[in-house]
Amino acid sequence: MAKKSMRTAINEAIRLEMRRDPTVILMGEDVAGGQGGSADVTDAFGGVLGVTKGLYTEFGPSRVIDTPIIESAIMGTAAGAAVSGLRPIAELMFSDFIGVCYDQIFNQAAKFRYMFGGKAQTPMVMRSMTGAGLRAAAQHSQSLHALFTMVPGLKVVVPSGAYDAKGLLIEAIRDNDPVIFLEHKAMYDLEEEVPDEAYTIPFGEANVLREGKDVTIVALARMVRFSMEAAANLSKLGIEVTVIDPRTTSPLDTDTILESVAETGRLVVVDEANPRCSFATDVAALVADQGFKYLKAPIKLVTAPHAPVPFAPNLEDAYIPNAAKIEAAVLSIVAAGGRNAA
Amino acid sequence: MQLDRDTLAESYRTMATIRAFEERVGADSLSGLIPGFVHLYAGEEASATGICLELGEKDWIGSNHRGHGHCIAKGSSVEGMMLEIYAREGGLCGGKGGSMHIADLSVGMLGANGIVGGGAPLAVGAALSAKTLKTGGVCVGFIGDGASNQGTTAEAMTMAVVLKVPVIFVIENNGYGEFTAVSYHSGGIDLAARAASFGMEAHKVDGTDFFAVNELAREVIAKTRATNMPAVIEVAVNRWHGHFTGDPQAYRSAEELATVRLSDPLVIFKKRVIEAGLLPQELFDKIDGEVADRIDSAARAAIAAPPPDISTVTTDVYVSY
Amino acid sequence: MTITAVIMPRWGLTMEEGTVTAWLVPLGGTVAVGQELAEVESSKLAGTVEATVSGVLRRTIIEVGATVPVGALLGVIADAAVDDAEIDAFVGTFEPVEVAAGEDESSKPKTIEAGGLRWSYLRSGEGGVPLVLIHGFGGDAAGWGFIQGAIAADQDVIAVDLPGHGNSEKTVTDGSLDAQADAVIGFLDALGIDKAHLAGHSMGGGIAIGIALKAPGRVASLTLLAPVGLGDGINVDYLKGFVAARKRRDVETVLRQLFVNEALVTPALAEEIIRYKRLDGAQPALETLLAALLNGQAQRAQYRDKLGAIKVPVSVIWGAQDRIIPPAHAVGLPASVRVETVADSGHMPQVEAADQVNKILKETIAKA
Repeated sequence: MAKKSMRTAINEAIRLEMRRDPTVILMGEDVAGGQGGSADVTDAFGGVLGVTKGLYTEFGPSRVIDTPIIESAIMGTAAGAAVSGLRPIAELMFSDFIGVCYDQIFNQAAKFRYMFGGKAQTPMVMRSMTGAGLRAAAQHSQSLHALFTMVPGLKVVVPSGAYDAKGLLIEAIRDNDPVIFLEHKAMYDLEEEVPDEAYTIPFGEANVLREGKDVTIVALARMVRFSMEAAANLSKLGIEVTVIDPRTTSPLDTDTILESVAETGRLVVVDEANPRCSFATDVAALVADQGFKYLKAPIKLVTAPHAPVPFAPNLEDAYIPNAAKIEAAVLSIVAAGGRNAA
Repeated sequence: MQLDRDTLAESYRTMATIRAFEERVGADSLSGLIPGFVHLYAGEEASATGICLELGEKDWIGSNHRGHGHCIAKGSSVEGMMLEIYAREGGLCGGKGGSMHIADLSVGMLGANGIVGGGAPLAVGAALSAKTLKTGGVCVGFIGDGASNQGTTAEAMTMAVVLKVPVIFVIENNGYGEFTAVSYHSGGIDLAARAASFGMEAHKVDGTDFFAVNELAREVIAKTRATNMPAVIEVAVNRWHGHFTGDPQAYRSAEELATVRLSDPLVIFKKRVIEAGLLPQELFDKIDGEVADRIDSAARAAIAAPPPDISTVTTDVYVSY
Repeated sequence: MTITAVIMPRWGLTMEEGTVTAWLVPLGGTVAVGQELAEVESSKLAGTVEATVSGVLRRTIIEVGATVPVGALLGVIADAAVDDAEIDAFVGTFEPVEVAAGEDESSKPKTIEAGGLRWSYLRSGEGGVPLVLIHGFGGDAAGWGFIQGAIAADQDVIAVDLPGHGNSEKTVTDGSLDAQADAVIGFLDALGIDKAHLAGHSMGGGIAIGIALKAPGRVASLTLLAPVGLGDGINVDYLKGFVAARKRRDVETVLRQLFVNEALVTPALAEEIIRYKRLDGAQPALETLLAALLNGQAQRAQYRDKLGAIKVPVSVIWGAQDRIIPPAHAVGLPASVRVETVADSGHMPQVEAADQVNKILKETIAKA
């Protein structure tokens, strides 16, 4: 099986679904690139990091739609098209730009089905780049999955690699509800084995990447990679951890998390986002509420600090959670011994 | 031509400084010395310089992602900007903002902006302060052709007209919103006319001609200052580089790329001033040399400077946990 | 004095890397030829690396848990008398070994159009009447990893992905053994193969019998591994569990029934199965095939009485501890059929008793 980057896997997912279903359209800022330019090149970029390259050439301007930089209109157009027969994939170039267009997502698209008494379907996907690591500073680097996860009516997908990205995106496109699909921009070049064929990964089904008896680590997106790195290092110290990637924060596979904590008795949640009212606190609350009896030690959260993402590389590196921080968190609760030992 | 010789020389120095600054920053961005995204203002110098010449200390400007030129023209320290863009201690934003968020409130510069259309409402806010506090100041909101389409811009223009605040929206139309030509992304309409339809006087000017820009700016800014009536200037400029450094610009024809720099605002300025006998070639050469030295030493100092202290990751967030 | 490299083996044609999951001999331990040195897992298979020479395990280069490409140096065996410096020099200058079928064409799945469907298959070896390997329900061509390479040393071997499986198109007709036999005959036609030795496992065994009955002239010999079609009994819970399982743990639980050595069911193997089941069309194909295989709680197709009519050499191999299809189905077959029961194997003798399967296969082919 061929190794493909996450960029290629996402491109392939969109391409396969556009071939399969003529109602699937793609729209966003420079998703093709170059419209109106003097070179008469109409597929110049394929998105700012080249993820949708070539789709315009295959599907043409009626299905791969370059828009002005008008995010509210992009998301609102997608929502309106979705309730009326199309299946749009709307790209928000950077998830930070949600500030410009959040209304169309959380007051409009997310509410239709419920607010209209179950009579509306809104099969739209908002794809967006997320995450820190590219020195892109405070307005192009945030991890905002919690902002979407908290909204009833949205499904939220946070893939941690190429294989998952393709299967989850196809699932998202076929889903009849609005799905927020967040792509970590520092992971586009990471390669994994990805089938050429279409496949779907169901939402709400966590991936257990590694199983160990001592500690459960729950992590998302790029943090899954760092957690696996930490797990390998901890294994050398004789500490075996389970690493769970929920894949989707809504729906959340609470069973897999609780079952694992029941076995390990210890939980570390790793989240690139800020620490308050976050995915990390959400998982911690879940386990405190429903798995308290299993816990042998305090729940530990490894997150970014309560600060915007800084620009300077040394500051950004200090900001993003890494394997060393995860290992330290694990060690702090393994070394602490039993629940009453602290 | 009403400008005295010193002002002419300083205006040229400002434009030359922007140009040299952008060339250096562009090269160091491509070579990896500068982290992150960098959007260059080269080719658009006469716009910022001609407009900011009519602004004083009590006046504000709002900016965008292509903000280095606005910053320099409003009087920010080139050295402080370099430190910031190279992510060093002592940078204008302590190394936490970088090129896309460079700001200098001490000179009335409200900040570059990573959000297209993010700046226009902020400019209205600064104008509201000036009006309310009766400072006599105005605010110039620099936006691009791309941002002129944003809902935030339309809302800002509406607010400015309703509140009657002294803001001048300067639409620097460089022909491209990122990689998409204005003819496509704005549907081929007249940007100044659209802005005028909000209820403001709107003007157009050739942004390669410093004198045309400056004369129009003097008139418009004076009127806005006197009346609190917002106004719009659409400046036609050329973006010499790609959307950001490293953009291969496949969407621009070879012919366009070959001719885009022919209308060089610095060359046009020099020619006019020398032909009018106002300043000698030697003075321009001298300024060019001084500017080159200043930019080079500022860049070298930035490269040699230490990175910000790690402890600053969590400072200035109001609340810590 | 020789220094011998222990390298990451290639099991099957598609293996590109493997993970060392245990060293079975301590560093400095004495080893004999054939002794198990290390446990290794690939994405599809788990097995042991055996010593090819006797001596002392002088270096273990790859630590447990590390994944390295096929051909990479795992450890070093040498006589106790060999100088440490010499061994270090050997390790320092070691170039990864090109293991047969590395990046060459035979390791890559090939595709062909047959009966309006895209078929994927692995083909390796040259000469002779081709051997066609037909996998079972939910399997694929790569599952013959321990078999194909061994036989391909002598002759042309084709492992096919049946429709609905592997990389082949996920479309099955009515799913009956009869229809599948017709489909495989069409596949042979497309490849221009007039005659082939057939080896089939489980459902694939039933398909192979079907082909031999329909087109006797096309079949040179028949080797059946725990085939369907020779009795009523079948582990319906396994089949339904395989179709129903979505999570890796559930798949692992189901798959353990296939083996005596349940440790062969690695998380990676279960992940492979899940990834297959997620492919568009795979799940409906499995459901169709399952419905066709069963008649209530029993097997639908019955070939037991017809086996004697097959005039070419027929061998039946059954794991004595098969928990999917009872080994008793191998009892009382016509005398013309060679029956071999493998002691330490479950339903997957091609994995758990590959050496014996290879031996019987070669003998059956030779008898034709």
